[in-house]
Amino acid sequence: MGMTDIIPLIVAKYNYWLFVVLMMIGLYAMIAKNNLIKKLVGMNIFQTAIILFYVSIGYKSGATLPIIQNVHEGHGHAAIHAADYINPLPHVLMLTAIVVSVATFGVAMALAVKIYQRYHTLEEDELRMRLSEK
Amino acid sequence: MKFFGFVVVCLVGGLLLYGTADFPDWGDPDSPASTHLSDIYIEHAFEQTQVPNIVTAILADYRGFDTMFETAVIFCAGLACFLLLRDFKERKERFYRHVPTGVILHVKNSKKALRVGRDFEHIDKDWIPSDLIIKTVCRILIPFIQIYALYVVAHGDFSPGGGFQGGVIFGSSLILLAISYDLKILVRRIKEKVLGICAAAGVLVYVGIAAICMPMGKSFLDYSALEMFVFDPHHVRALGMLGVEIGVGIAVAAVMAIIYINIVSEGRHDEGL
Repeated sequence: MGMTDIIPLIVAKYNYWLFVVLMMIGLYAMIAKNNLIKKLVGMNIFQTAIILFYVSIGYKSGATLPIIQNVHEGHGHAAIHAADYINPLPHVLMLTAIVVSVATFGVAMALAVKIYQRYHTLEEDELRMRLSEK
Repeated sequence: MKFFGFVVVCLVGGLLLYGTADFPDWGDPDSPASTHLSDIYIEHAFEQTQVPNIVTAILADYRGFDTMFETAVIFCAGLACFLLLRDFKERKERFYRHVPTGVILHVKNSKKALRVGRDFEHIDKDWIPSDLIIKTVCRILIPFIQIYALYVVAHGDFSPGGGFQGGVIFGSSLILLAISYDLKILVRRIKEKVLGICAAAGVLVYVGIAAICMPMGKSFLDYSALEMFVFDPHHVRALGMLGVEIGVGIAVAAVMAIIYINIVSEGRHDEGL
């Protein structure tokens, strides 16, 4: 594959590559970080990458946001072309996913507070030590 | 663990990057996601529902059943925070500040809250005096944020917005109140019971509107059954969606506040952040 072939590939796909990089940052934090709060932050970065991925799937070049315009002028019914509006379905799915991710993050934080109350630490290795003592 | 994590991340990332080669180009109007169902939604949503914002039309009508359970998930998250953290034991250590002199009293082992005179105020353990600017700015901002939240809920059919967004904005205004003043102000303004009832009532409004459609002879969540309740039968689906979105907004705002209050005060609802 020559240099001339690879540039259009980068232009066409670089958004997906950015989301993969972002997702891997989140995955690395979830696996390698020792602190539970840092793991949660990694989980949030991971979710954000997925949300961006979905929203970018819905994009169509040359289209506008999915709100029908000029509805009050009376001729809105016949003039709607699907190519003029971006795909609304990923937006719907991610709209609820964002709020649900905030809610689940809240539950995760509540669990972290409980763990801290009981073991007085949020570091994973110290937690494992405390657990093996019993 | 760091090395293992790095290897896993490189492998997964490499596989995903390899997979993107088969993806449609960014912004391709003929990509699989943007053809089949999406075209039907865009072309027919307005004539079928009379709602110009297609996202709202799909969220509250075509996928209304899904959204109902999303709301239930959020309610469950608030419930989980409450059940995990709520602690009804009162703190034994209390701090009172004499406002004219700034002297702080530290009361240990008090069973009940002391009855103090008007010159004293009950303060948090990590109370900081210099927050006049923050308090003033937030006091001015919060009403506008709340009105904006109501606008976002009410105008969700015609412009970007809806119950989830408006509810989150309203909830964040409550959290801002707690951050800029202290948690006691928020808990005194909105009782825990009210928040709990609001969270449940929001879900009930949604389910109720959905269920009323059944005795009217239509299926669950078919808003056209509500014709006899509204003045404008032409827009009956838009009004049904508005009712459902109001329910979602109430539930989300209340759950945001419940989660915040329980986490920052470790379930004691007295002081924190």
